Amino acid sequence: MPGKLKAKIVAGRHLPVMDRASDLTDAFVEVKFGNTTFKTDVFPKSLNPQWNSEWFKFEVDDEDLQDEPLQITVLDHDTYSANDAIGKVYIDIDPLLSCEAATVISGWLPIYDTIHGIRGEINVLVKVDLFNDLNRFRQSSCGVKFFCTTSIPRCYRVALVHGFVEELVVNEDPEYQWIDRIRTPRASNEARQRLISLMSGELQRKIGLKVLEMGGNAVVGYLQCFDLEGESGLVVRAIGTACTLDKLSPGTAPNTTTHTNTHTLPNTAPTSNACNSPSKDSKEPVFSEDPPHSLSGPPTPLRTLPSSSPPPFSPSKPCSRQSSSSDTDLSLTPRIGMGSGGSVGKEAGPLKTLLRQHTQSALEQREFPIFTLTCFPPGFLVHVGGVVSTRSVKLLDRIHNPDEPETRDAWWEEIRQEIKSHAKALGCHAVVGYSESTSICEEVCILSASGTAAMLNPRFMREGCLDTGGSDHRLSRQPHPGMVGSERGEGEVSSTWLGFEDASPPSCGFVHIPYDEFNMPFPAQLTYCYHCRRQKVPDVLFTTIDLPAEAEVTGKGCLIQARLCRTKKKAQGEVNATSISNLLPFMEYELHTQLMNKLKLRSMNALFGLRIQISVGENMLLGLASATGVYLSALPAPGGIQIAGKTPSDLSYDQHISTMQKRIDDTIAKNKELYNIHPPKLFTLDPEAFTGLNTECIEEVVGSPIPDRQRSSRLFRSTSESSDELSELDLSHGKKDAFVLEIDDTDAVEDIQSLLTDAPIPAGFYSCNTEVMPGIHNWTSGLQMFTSVRVYRLSNANLTNQGLNKIFTDLCENLLKSLYFKLRSMIPCCLCHLNFTVAVPEEELIQVAVTAVAMSFDKETQQAADKALTRGSGENEEQLQFSMEMCGESTISNNQPTAKPSGVPESAMVHSSRVSSSERCSPLPEGRSRSLRSTRSLPCGAPVTVVKMTPLSFLPGTRIVKYLGIINMFFIRETTSLREEGGVSGFLHSFIAEVFAMVRAHVAALGGNALVSYSMKECVFMENPNKNQAQCLINVSGDAVIFIRESDQEAIPPLLTSRQTSSTGADGTT
Amino acid sequence: MSVELDVFVGNTTIMDEEVYQFWLDGYTVNDAVKVRMEGGVLEECEASAEVLRSDTMDQYRTFQMCERLLHSPAKLANQLLFQIPPHRQTMLIERYYTFDGVFVREVLGKKLSKGTKKDLDDVSAKTGVTLKSCRRQFDNFKRVFKVVEELKGPLVENIRQHFLLSDKLARDYAAIVFFANNRFETGKKKLHYLTFQDFAFCAGQLISNWTVGALDNMLEDMDVDLEKEFLQDLKELKILITDKDLLDQHKSLVCTALRGKTKAFNEMEANFKNLSRGLVNIAAKLTNTKDVRDFFIDLVEKFIEPCRSDKWTAGDMRLYLTHYTNSAHILDTFKHQVVWDRYMGVIKSCILKMYHD
Repeated sequence: MPGKLKAKIVAGRHLPVMDRASDLTDAFVEVKFGNTTFKTDVFPKSLNPQWNSEWFKFEVDDEDLQDEPLQITVLDHDTYSANDAIGKVYIDIDPLLSCEAATVISGWLPIYDTIHGIRGEINVLVKVDLFNDLNRFRQSSCGVKFFCTTSIPRCYRVALVHGFVEELVVNEDPEYQWIDRIRTPRASNEARQRLISLMSGELQRKIGLKVLEMGGNAVVGYLQCFDLEGESGLVVRAIGTACTLDKLSPGTAPNTTTHTNTHTLPNTAPTSNACNSPSKDSKEPVFSEDPPHSLSGPPTPLRTLPSSSPPPFSPSKPCSRQSSSSDTDLSLTPRIGMGSGGSVGKEAGPLKTLLRQHTQSALEQREFPIFTLTCFPPGFLVHVGGVVSTRSVKLLDRIHNPDEPETRDAWWEEIRQEIKSHAKALGCHAVVGYSESTSICEEVCILSASGTAAMLNPRFMREGCLDTGGSDHRLSRQPHPGMVGSERGEGEVSSTWLGFEDASPPSCGFVHIPYDEFNMPFPAQLTYCYHCRRQKVPDVLFTTIDLPAEAEVTGKGCLIQARLCRTKKKAQGEVNATSISNLLPFMEYELHTQLMNKLKLRSMNALFGLRIQISVGENMLLGLASATGVYLSALPAPGGIQIAGKTPSDLSYDQHISTMQKRIDDTIAKNKELYNIHPPKLFTLDPEAFTGLNTECIEEVVGSPIPDRQRSSRLFRSTSESSDELSELDLSHGKKDAFVLEIDDTDAVEDIQSLLTDAPIPAGFYSCNTEVMPGIHNWTSGLQMFTSVRVYRLSNANLTNQGLNKIFTDLCENLLKSLYFKLRSMIPCCLCHLNFTVAVPEEELIQVAVTAVAMSFDKETQQAADKALTRGSGENEEQLQFSMEMCGESTISNNQPTAKPSGVPESAMVHSSRVSSSERCSPLPEGRSRSLRSTRSLPCGAPVTVVKMTPLSFLPGTRIVKYLGIINMFFIRETTSLREEGGVSGFLHSFIAEVFAMVRAHVAALGGNALVSYSMKECVFMENPNKNQAQCLINVSGDAVIFIRESDQEAIPPLLTSRQTSSTGADGTT
Repeated sequence: MSVELDVFVGNTTIMDEEVYQFWLDGYTVNDAVKVRMEGGVLEECEASAEVLRSDTMDQYRTFQMCERLLHSPAKLANQLLFQIPPHRQTMLIERYYTFDGVFVREVLGKKLSKGTKKDLDDVSAKTGVTLKSCRRQFDNFKRVFKVVEELKGPLVENIRQHFLLSDKLARDYAAIVFFANNRFETGKKKLHYLTFQDFAFCAGQLISNWTVGALDNMLEDMDVDLEKEFLQDLKELKILITDKDLLDQHKSLVCTALRGKTKAFNEMEANFKNLSRGLVNIAAKLTNTKDVRDFFIDLVEKFIEPCRSDKWTAGDMRLYLTHYTNSAHILDTFKHQVVWDRYMGVIKSCILKMYHD
């Protein structure tokens, strides 16, 4: 499928003065694609030249079309000496290759020079004519759509999810080639920019081919990263999830999109269950009514495992419990599987087995049942097991042959296998919310991968009727005879959503444990689900995905961060790698403990969007874990935190402890107020169940830490005499179930200090690192995406771990404080998708970069929404009873199929969930949306199109009508006059502003008015103040889209409205 | 531990108007932080001094980067580097070009040259306006001057369109350009009591009545220079004082009209010839560039001061000037009515504006 690429150079403006004598410029343009170059005429003596060139035509292979960027160079003509380059524009023409994306690139694009930054703008027109040629052996993959968005894009419907795709290409880094010694910095930077542009094009094409092979037509959750390995080369790698997407036809668009919107918009993604709670290990869950050897001691303190009876099957260092495979590995490659169990029997309870069988067959053929998605269509996610993660320390060696990137491939393969096995240990067959990252320092590289173990509904994975291309992935079993028809692509959209119902009620199903409760992969306290009371749930859940739309949350969420610094000795080669890998487990453990403590302190019980980053420097390791804590109504209330001293003899010490305890208790109480966490009094409907639950609590609290392996004969409802309702009503932090911190060692003191030093968030602000904040629905269109970068220099060379921790924590806290201050005019507002990146660019330097979006919301309607939700929860209880019956049925029959045929009741439930979500997004911010109408104006001609940017996959109050293609840009900026440019801050400030400007210009040129799922994946900053030099590399990506204000769209068809109102507005997610 | 680098970049450029004002006023970051802290923004937002400092630095940097664009405000609207909502752009421009009354008073009518710029530190010391701010304001004057110098058409409109300023501000700039171009003397001690707004008003009068553009907007020429022909014609007015009959006739007409209407009548009568000579002489000398420069000082010395020492009220002044102007029409030998009206119209409103303490 060769094509014809056409480019026209229209005009330039704001060009720099290149001729000092005349204060003007004689500009002309070179247009280059592949090896072909065209030139415009010289437009003499003007800073605003009008070239109005002919159409330059390039006849090229589509393979080249995908790999190569169009390169436009603006030069100043000089009669006597060499022409001076003013700057360049690279245009990625990939968006023009898909018929559903953009059709033309037209507009003002900044002319960029790696030394001088933006130097004027150029107006260009670019088009592509593709010839149809169905070559079976083609190497190109034109037409495959790419999305950075980690959920199903808004104006598409997912027909099938094919699974994981990955690719990796390597090359020598031009910066490290011998020629770099003789060429100018500009030439070197441009060689690098061009190479990376080529490599990303190639990578994308190769991934596209894989997708076509799998029978898909799109990649969702596309994540591309660069590893600048220095001497050993340059690696560009990407992962994504291959899908078959159907575009919602324009005719039905208003109708169907509303559907999709309502499903995904408010809370975006389903969640996962991370019940890896290593810090819990001392308190083994006990379910037996009659503890056989009840030790009846106080709750065992966390850190004194040896002293109190150690639980039989839990190692004392839960976090460092590694998967068995790693033991046999090289010492250089330890992996830490958080929350992954060791040798756990994979036979789950009978209920789960069936489900597993269905899905397994669909997933087993895949090498990696891994998904980069973090938000899913309703019903996709069945259960969530917990976070799985793996790290591996590698020594980099030179990549000898760029065409054979086997080593790197093998490394990642190893890691993905590891992840897969961790997931298996959690009784899960898939990993969702998956991401990979690296941290490189000299020749040491830490490869990290993390995701959330989950059970998925097989329906989306089954190769359905759409795919007849001889794929062997077809699932033989068809457990839902009634639903097959509706699954066909032609079926009505809503039918797709039906029939994915699991036996568990929609809103709490995902928290139910996927593993066998009698053979748990790790110690956790299980209780019956507080929502359906039929299935077991863990006490705490950690996940890397977004909060599922159907999840019920009490109160609001908040950003929770764990920060850690560990010094290490400077070393070389293997010694260095070994010492790093030895440190890693301890860091993971510490981070985990911090997270857990902070979670408890906020009276919450689940983490979403967990991201743990460990960065390596020459003499230290930095660890930063960020997540959004919430109170999931279906999980038990978290206990408080209790401090225990070791030496009770000292009076002042006791006093000290009690003051601390008081402070902690006060903080918890305050946080409960702040986040509005007042767990609804459930179970009032069914006194019996109530009793049952209470008993449960008592048992857990009083029971012996030794697990009872005989309890398998237990019935669902435990009947215990000791049901003291009064005492049990207190679901908060009673002493009995409190989380104990012992402060006899300095570590613990440090922990507590760090717990309490987290500054309270200022009034009117909320923050989270997920797509949206649970409990806030009425967003206005007030939106501010920002990036903030800070670099700290540690002046004191001999810092202790504690000292470093303090500095690092302060750094993060101060940064947050600054953000709140800056954005105070947006109150009430929530910082969403707060993404922290830490690095150790040099010895004694710590760099923290944050990208997030501040979104303001309406206070008044917020209260109304809250009210509506309270009302909703009332109705909820009715529904609860109903679903309980269903569950009861399922528990009795035990062989309930996983995906239940969709009967009437189920569809009713689906409807109700849809209603509530649509209600949530319906109050439109009238006033503010008006002012932004201008954004709809078309790019060309109009002054400057306003382009919104957000790291989220949506813009509140709007509807995305078209995806124009992926934006993936890489820039280098260098200066040899650092002081003159305002020092490092001035340099970086203008560079980031320039990057934003270029991204906006390219989005506008594609015809878009927003960039969603924006991320700054790389921001490498190097300086040499003594030489007055600095260099910075930035890589950004996102999806260019066209959105329209929701208020502009046609009214919802009456049919839909009536359907909505007929069903009850239940399932409030808060 | 020290912060090596600290930046914040928003997709929509965040600008705090308060900080912008500090920046414009030439405060250092430290001073701005101090003032902001005293302003209570800290308690309001639970922030620390460090946060405030970081924010202030950041904003200062942003403004510095924007400054280049503010030099040609039209660029601000179609540049791509900063995404700034239109109303903010207007605010940025308007504030950037706003100047201090005390400062402008010092340089009004001076040549906008490097020499003047060198003396700005004295001006700064005298007015209390920071040197940085003085320089900005001076450069603004100079920039506007340079741009409109080469443009045809109405001055105010040119400034407004080219610098996207409000009408009021554009008029003020027109006055500054007009004064700088004609080098009117405004610095003499006797003129110290006059404010910039007094002068701006007079400039407006002169521009709209005495320049080439005043009569015909379509005319190619611009209205920075006084109309030469008109200045020539003014010489003809001399007859009012050289012709003894005419002078006496004029006096008696004015006195008849004024009699009994004011307490200062006696002084008016006694001084009529002096005053009339003063005004007509000013008119007659305006062909001389040097005398144009002294226009205001002459007005004060020859007319305002004598009246003031005679304790005329503003009402007296208005009365006198009205009758003085009108009575000339009744003089049958006086043939220069049009020029007289064009001259006296401006003189009257200028004097009325300038006649205060």
